[in-house]
Amino acid sequence: MSRVFVAGLGAVSPAGWNVAALRAALAENEPLPVQPLARPGWEKPLNVRLVPNLATRLEFLAHPRLRRSSPITHYAAAASLEALAGLRVDPAAKSFRLGVIACLQSGCVQYSCRFYDETLKNPATASPLVFPETVHAAPTSHVAALLENVALAQTLVGDPSIFLQGIALGAQWLAENRVDACLVFGADETNWILADAFAHLDRRAIAAAGAGAVCLCRDGSFSAGVELAAITDAHVFSARQNRAQASQAMRQQLGKISTGELLCDGLGVSPRADAAEHAAFADCTCPRVSPKKVLGEGMMAAAAWQCVAACDAVAENKFASASVSLVGSNQQAIGARFVCAEFGLSAAAPAGNIRP
Amino acid sequence: MLFPPTPSPVAPPRVVVTGAGIVTALGLGWELNAEGFRAGRRAFRPVTHFDVSRQRVKIAAEVDLPENFPVTKLSAHQLHRLDRAGKMLLLAALAAWRQAGGEPRENYPLVLGTTAGGMTLGEAYYRQAVRTPQRHRGQPTRSVQYQAQVQARAVFDALGCSGPATIISNACASGGNAIGHAFDLIRSGQAECVLAGGYDAVGELVFSGFDSLQALSPTVCRPFDAKRDGLALGEGAAILNLETLDRARRRGAEILGEVIGYGTAIDRHHLTQPHPQGNTTLTVMKQACANARVTPAEIDYLNAHGTGTVLNDASEALAISEWAGSRAATLPVSSTKASIGHLLGGAGAVEAVISLMTLREQWLPPEIEFETPDAACKFPIVQKPQDARVNVVLSNSFGFGGVNAALIFRRWA
Repeated sequence: MSRVFVAGLGAVSPAGWNVAALRAALAENEPLPVQPLARPGWEKPLNVRLVPNLATRLEFLAHPRLRRSSPITHYAAAASLEALAGLRVDPAAKSFRLGVIACLQSGCVQYSCRFYDETLKNPATASPLVFPETVHAAPTSHVAALLENVALAQTLVGDPSIFLQGIALGAQWLAENRVDACLVFGADETNWILADAFAHLDRRAIAAAGAGAVCLCRDGSFSAGVELAAITDAHVFSARQNRAQASQAMRQQLGKISTGELLCDGLGVSPRADAAEHAAFADCTCPRVSPKKVLGEGMMAAAAWQCVAACDAVAENKFASASVSLVGSNQQAIGARFVCAEFGLSAAAPAGNIRP
Repeated sequence: MLFPPTPSPVAPPRVVVTGAGIVTALGLGWELNAEGFRAGRRAFRPVTHFDVSRQRVKIAAEVDLPENFPVTKLSAHQLHRLDRAGKMLLLAALAAWRQAGGEPRENYPLVLGTTAGGMTLGEAYYRQAVRTPQRHRGQPTRSVQYQAQVQARAVFDALGCSGPATIISNACASGGNAIGHAFDLIRSGQAECVLAGGYDAVGELVFSGFDSLQALSPTVCRPFDAKRDGLALGEGAAILNLETLDRARRRGAEILGEVIGYGTAIDRHHLTQPHPQGNTTLTVMKQACANARVTPAEIDYLNAHGTGTVLNDASEALAISEWAGSRAATLPVSSTKASIGHLLGGAGAVEAVISLMTLREQWLPPEIEFETPDAACKFPIVQKPQDARVNVVLSNSFGFGGVNAALIFRRWA
């Protein structure tokens, strides 16, 4: 089996438009300020964490395909470009085959709400320019158009745990030599309806927006110093296995996490939502980082931030290995481990025996 | 472990279909659909599920769900919470699973394609949030149940099974990609059997979307006809039980057909328009043929994506003509969207089942309303019900965003 390396990382979050901003916010470990968001029919606004506006327009937005695209595409594109910058080969080279795997939970909610609102008011005037941007595949398509030389693309939807399924699929495409590098991004945007839904389900959760991207490659010389060591099975929630049991099963398969290893968990600010993951890692005394506590409930973007933070910690030589725990909201629990590429794991090394 | 994955087998296993469930406006199940497609019956009617009085077009191919749902392991409460799309998915999955001799089991991957999932619940959420914002009732349930992965879990719970669910949302290529992904999972040794397919219900947002694009036909959906003026929407679901030939033989399962090839790629030309020359369509048909080790000369019928829009059909016709070469002159092609409309995320999966029907029953599905071929069509369109010798079928699926998929099926005799 071929080894899989991380060639680059990208992030857009309420902390800013790059990995450095994400890193700084997580190092501070203080919840970022919230912004009020008006909700129709209510006097009290909802609280959200939005991606900050930039003083200057992003250069890539001049691309004709991105003119009318929604914020989720902007986040995905920015994170993707940052991750690809680490590849150190020209992705536009003719022989180069790039794969793109997009992972979304809610997808293009802003344009979907806008278009549906127009439909309810008068379908005859609902905008044909907005509708195509509502489909889940729109961000993938725009990113592929921006990057050129994309040979293969897939859009996956599900709860945040599928970001690691996306990484596993990218690794599979590399192993089968279907692509030379594979970009996996997770993105979600927010608006009042999504924040409203969180208010119904969990009043403590602060909806957030953004994206994270991981560029995978087969060639160790392109590595940013990080290697994918393991991704557990998908431990699905079902009538036979509840969320807590699935989390435990994932934790068990992930194996021992030493005190010198970093754990990027998915804990947020809701005791009820966090209970399963909290219990699964109760014995874990290693250093932890919890992006959702700082940045908010970014759904698929939050899952991507966790993976980016884990890889970044290894790439920055802060830790020799970092684990990620993704206990999804309503689908499954999956864990992963990334290690310093210098350690050169053998393909057969089980996850639990990885030494920092 | 998802990574490192199970080492791939030295020789990829053959992948066969041992169960097929189909739900369309022609009816529920193989027999009603086979009868309808064989005759080229059209299943359109005025839309009843939402108000279309202010829309330009007012018809779609709607599914009549049964009043009495088959008994499953779902409680009445769980069933009640499913929307139309979820119920169609469940009916198709149940049929496929039962035909395959289904038994409750763990580690049974489910790969689904959908564009909208439970969007009708999302629409209901939005309407209530806007019209009666202080009303809480039903909103938490809608905010969870509209998600496609929750519908996938309902399938597992209904069947008493569990396993990883992968939901592909490559717009209208989703169903084809889901089956192709399942094919890949089995060929690479990651799974021995997989339930795969696609589903979508006609909803107000999507209907209005296609109407706003003026992509819906105000007359009759006539794919590849020179006078075509748009597509017609439909709804439904189809699920296949795919497994290795070895497993099927061990179990003594009845084999409905074999999946022998899959190709997929992305057309970066435009978000909603295919490349005018059909470059990516050509690529995926070639990929699928190479994968299946067959040539265009060996394809006996091509089930086209054929939406009935001016741009799609022109592009696809050029690609088919170029790919088929001299075979084009005699290659029977039709689009079954003329009968049941465009099922979006369900289209590729439903068309996969139709492909299996042609292989099993040796007939070709006609486009009854077809009159004048588009100039780009160098191939004959099946216009009348006919029996035929069919051993290998290729089925195309394309989506907004540009993902193209081609699947090839072979008769099991």
